[in-house]
Amino acid sequence: MSLVLNEEQVFLKDSAKKFASEKTPTTHFREVRDSEIDNCYDDKIWQEMVSLGWTGILVPEEFGGSNFGVAGISSILEELGRTLTPSPLFSTAVVGVSLIKHASDDVKKDILTKVVQDGLRLCFAIEESNHHDPVKISCEAKKDGSNFIISGEKSFVIDGGFSDKVIVACRTSGEEGSKDGLSLFVLDSDSKGLTITATKMVDSRNAANMKFENVKIPSEKLIGKENDAYEIIESVLDISRAAISAEMLGSALQAYQITLDYLKEREQFGSKIGSFQALQHRAAIMFSELELCKSCVIESITSFDEGGNDSERLASLSKAKVGEVFHLISNESVQMHGGIGVTDEYDIGLYLKRARVAEQIFGDSNFHKNRYAELTGY
Amino acid sequence: MENLDQFRKETKEWLEENCPPEMRKPMGPGDVVWGGRNCKFPHPDAKLWLERMGEKGWTCPTWPKEYGGGGLSFDENKILQEELMAIRARPALSSFGIWMLGPALLEFASEEQKKKYIPEIVKGEIRWCQGYSEPGSGSDLASLKTKAEDNGDHFIVNGQKVWTSYADDCDMIFTLVRTGPQEPKHDGISFLLIDMDQPGVTTKPIKLISGKSPFCETFFDNAIVPKENLVSELNKGWDVAKRLLQHERNMIAGMGLGGAGSAKKKKDQTISSGMATMAKTYVGEEEGKLANAGLRQKIASFDINSHAFSLTMRRASEESKSSNSGPSPASSMFKYYGSESNKLRYELMLEAMGTKALGWEGEGFGPAELAITREWLRTKANSIEGGTSEVQLNIIAKRVLDLPQ
Repeated sequence: MSLVLNEEQVFLKDSAKKFASEKTPTTHFREVRDSEIDNCYDDKIWQEMVSLGWTGILVPEEFGGSNFGVAGISSILEELGRTLTPSPLFSTAVVGVSLIKHASDDVKKDILTKVVQDGLRLCFAIEESNHHDPVKISCEAKKDGSNFIISGEKSFVIDGGFSDKVIVACRTSGEEGSKDGLSLFVLDSDSKGLTITATKMVDSRNAANMKFENVKIPSEKLIGKENDAYEIIESVLDISRAAISAEMLGSALQAYQITLDYLKEREQFGSKIGSFQALQHRAAIMFSELELCKSCVIESITSFDEGGNDSERLASLSKAKVGEVFHLISNESVQMHGGIGVTDEYDIGLYLKRARVAEQIFGDSNFHKNRYAELTGY
Repeated sequence: MENLDQFRKETKEWLEENCPPEMRKPMGPGDVVWGGRNCKFPHPDAKLWLERMGEKGWTCPTWPKEYGGGGLSFDENKILQEELMAIRARPALSSFGIWMLGPALLEFASEEQKKKYIPEIVKGEIRWCQGYSEPGSGSDLASLKTKAEDNGDHFIVNGQKVWTSYADDCDMIFTLVRTGPQEPKHDGISFLLIDMDQPGVTTKPIKLISGKSPFCETFFDNAIVPKENLVSELNKGWDVAKRLLQHERNMIAGMGLGGAGSAKKKKDQTISSGMATMAKTYVGEEEGKLANAGLRQKIASFDINSHAFSLTMRRASEESKSSNSGPSPASSMFKYYGSESNKLRYELMLEAMGTKALGWEGEGFGPAELAITREWLRTKANSIEGGTSEVQLNIIAKRVLDLPQ
């Protein structure tokens, strides 16, 4: 797979960088956080992203998208990650779109067109416990004539508190924990019987708990085949894991840069603190770790577009490695800032809070280390 | 692309014809060919293989043709390496001349020096060793004291070097000597090429914790060195030294490669982890998983880092392909990570093998097990030689991150 971006991808990344630095620096994040807006992002900014075509990057051209690929959207997310830009871009344009691509032509046409044109927001309800587990699903969908009746609960639905459509992973047969018997459905978030409770996370973004009480949906809203959604789920999760790793890389790089700048500016004992070897060595180790993360992310995001056959393992490689390094950097950055590192006034604490939430998205480092080992035959 | 396909075809054919069957068998520890005036070949085919590869310049594939190198482009060399790997060909020649001295000579030496020394390196005619460290100058290399005094048409060298790899088998030594004042220490150093076949140069092996003696002490007692053996200008040797160290660091970094990630997955092929496979034979498995959960977790972390590291080596080579810049201060990152990773590899093997990895010699242990024990001890020097890990971190902090002094 490519370890260097091509010209068009670099162009896209540069324009996202410009967007983030001009329109959504961290002051933007703070404004949204401290405002009365409860959906945790700015609708105006979201609409600007839509008009730039970002929601259509994974959408095929026949539905109005640019089909620009996972590396394209991930590069944008990396730049947005630098300034902690809040938006439903990941949940909609990466996770949601990738799932809807497996739906019927009618559903695709309806939803994808609206995602590209109007910024219709999508979310994916899969988790049922406090740890990621794509097969630990007991939320049930029972066939009832030409309908399905869904009952059960979901948690940690990213951006689920303020979404327009929900894609839900249900069990249509088999036991909890089994890969067989899973099915995907798409429904409106205001469907009868669906109660959505927005949860405000430590990173000031929203996730949601969802309760399905006999929610009736027509079988045309089934995505893929009944009982057979596992492969779709895993393939979409892998794309999403790679993409969120890119966003996390952007955040980690920026947290590191802020810290490096601080080491060059802060004086104690009559010297810049960056001259102290105790800090220099740790900074140098973090530099090395970030270089490794960059390689994992680029190899992983390009593997989907280039038809690589190791994408699963590369997604776990990325999520495990970047998760661990973002964790390290978020902790070290606060420590190296000293007292001001734990004040709300300084940005560095915002990265710490984002790190922990992002680490949990679709599997933390422990989950992915285990998965990497399994995929490698031990 | 068409030219590259043609090149691949020709390379394949040439290797098929010229790489002797014996040279396609796995290598044992004594099978490395180091070249030199007194070169010991493990097999007559090794001699033939070196002659053929040397003639073509493919022992140093990317070096300029005019000095006997292969003159290959980045992409052509990649193909050559792939094809060599495909037939599991042994390296025709291993040498510090190739890895360290040659690249520095190509950058700093005079035309006459290049014409004289580069072809000898390519063909493996001269075996080189490195005279850098001294008993009092390890990490603080620039404080070195070995002296070279001007004596008309030659220098007279006195002093002592240490950690000179394989000095007792080498023909020539590239050496840092003091030709100017001791302070400022970086400014009075020159880079000299010294023939070891003279009474003024003696060597004495150093026995290591592994029981082996890959390193020597080298003594200079009024050694005579012709003036034309000075590389670059007088007192400007530190620039050459630094550059050469970057090449050395890249070489040592390469030892950190291997593991589950470095093999590129081909179609339908399942990747296995060498470490995990080995651990399974010593620890056992349960339902396909390594039986010891703690060790399994450590190996997974190791494999992930090793995979990420090999991707980073590849990325650096792809990025430098366009800029053609050679190694940079970032090579310290590779040296740091690669050598630490190699040490960890052996620590994990020890953990997996338990007491089977703790034999010293004789009955009760397989030869491979005994070799791992010795190699584990050898790896302890990886993060010391070529600049300690701490020195690498200093270099990254100062030259890459630009942190204040």
